[in-house]
Amino acid sequence: MSPVPHSEQLSAEHLLGIKGLSVEDIELIFRTADGFKEVLNRPIKKVPSLRDITIANLFFESSTRTRVSFELAEKRLSADVVNFSSSGSSVSKGETLVDTVNNILAMKVDMVVMRHPDPGAAVFLSRHVEARIVNAGDGTHEHPTQALLDAYSIRQKMGKVKGVKVLIVGDVLHSRVALSNIFCLQKLGAEVMLCGPSTLMPRHIESLGVIVEPDMDKALRWCDVANMLRIQLERQGGDGVANFPSLREYAMRYGLDLERYKNIGKEVVIMHPGPINRGVEVTSQVADHANSIILDQVENGVAIRMAVLYLLAARIPRTTV
Amino acid sequence: MPAFPLLTTKAFGLTMGRLCYQLIEDHGDMDGVALVGLQPRGILLARRLRKELQRIIGREVLEYGELDITFHRDDFRHRAIPPAPSITQLDFSLDGRKVVLVDDVLFTGRTIRAGLDALLAFGRPASVQLLVLIDRRFSRELPIQAEYVGKWVDSIGDQRVTVEWKETDGADQVVLHSAERDGRDSTSFAQGTSADR
Repeated sequence: MSPVPHSEQLSAEHLLGIKGLSVEDIELIFRTADGFKEVLNRPIKKVPSLRDITIANLFFESSTRTRVSFELAEKRLSADVVNFSSSGSSVSKGETLVDTVNNILAMKVDMVVMRHPDPGAAVFLSRHVEARIVNAGDGTHEHPTQALLDAYSIRQKMGKVKGVKVLIVGDVLHSRVALSNIFCLQKLGAEVMLCGPSTLMPRHIESLGVIVEPDMDKALRWCDVANMLRIQLERQGGDGVANFPSLREYAMRYGLDLERYKNIGKEVVIMHPGPINRGVEVTSQVADHANSIILDQVENGVAIRMAVLYLLAARIPRTTV
Repeated sequence: MPAFPLLTTKAFGLTMGRLCYQLIEDHGDMDGVALVGLQPRGILLARRLRKELQRIIGREVLEYGELDITFHRDDFRHRAIPPAPSITQLDFSLDGRKVVLVDDVLFTGRTIRAGLDALLAFGRPASVQLLVLIDRRFSRELPIQAEYVGKWVDSIGDQRVTVEWKETDGADQVVLHSAERDGRDSTSFAQGTSADR
């Protein structure tokens, strides 16, 4: 490696989805995250880079992991942070999204990290307000930082992403994680297979260039990495019709227990975006298995989010007094 | 751009030797001393010093680390494109250690300020000294000075000093580049290069 660092910047002003990122952007984010990963292992895990930046975390939908991860990332970059969640706010009084955000921006906020139940909310916001937007999940559309940290975790575990066979199991229909993961993994040259009940598989999903395999055991034998999506209980049966008969039946057909895992006959890496429904997508023995990188995903999430915020903040013009 | 050699290969070797003996003079067999090179260019000097010290003392030398200061720089968002981070390798605590910070060129002092800031994330050193191969005095923007200096250079604003290494550039030497008076505006200098920012 050359000792002289190259200087680069992101091609995008916001992180709205993986779709808007180039391969170079993703690689730049990964390289920057490598630097932050080292920072996170220091006794003092804090750097002053974003000390003149204020970030608002707007969570219109419940979240634990992502919100804590973003907040830690922001604090470790020395940014000022304000948190907002929709319960107990003016949103319940009927204020529009743009009004809510503009009121917050009037208090001099530079960046907005937003989770919203409606697909496209982040894109919409980026067109109407003067702030850098980071999409922390918009409905069933995209969840770019999750896809980045998933691919980053695969890169860390396997040494590369190109050519790795990744199986995504479960609720693809409702999953923003699945869609962002497909885009991200394909950009980086991985092969993607989907497996799950046909009721949870979007129609024409093959047109994205992924393989759909209904047989779970066949799919497991094919893959190097299995990403077990969470069954989104809160989004099931929205049209009054259940997507599968029962959680027990789902667990029998698409869940991964230790016996099924041993029968694969090779060391498949287990991933899960969390929160885990233990006993549904994976059993405890599999979730806590030596080949599970579920907690590495969480750890890498902070470094990836620091990298994204750092690179986006670098593009904010400085106000000269 | 006319180039003027400040240290030729032979003088370079002698200067390196002198810096080593100065360190030994102050620190004996270097017990409790940590040598920390600053990324990206200071590490080449630090690696060389470490090797040379090892040869002179005749045993595995001191604690050694490499520190990246990218996230501690004070010019984040002042430059158009953010500098990309290099690798930090410092796997011991600096608590109570005598740290010798190593960089190739001391210019405005801002890199060293960031380096001091970054160092403190690794503990509370007993003391911190600065060793540089080239000290461009009269160019300081902060009250920072080096304890050990290879060579002092009185240079004016739009000149550039580059330290070249056998490992990466083909030969050990230090070169002063003078800008042609015409044509170049002074802002192009403000961008700096890795060698003298």
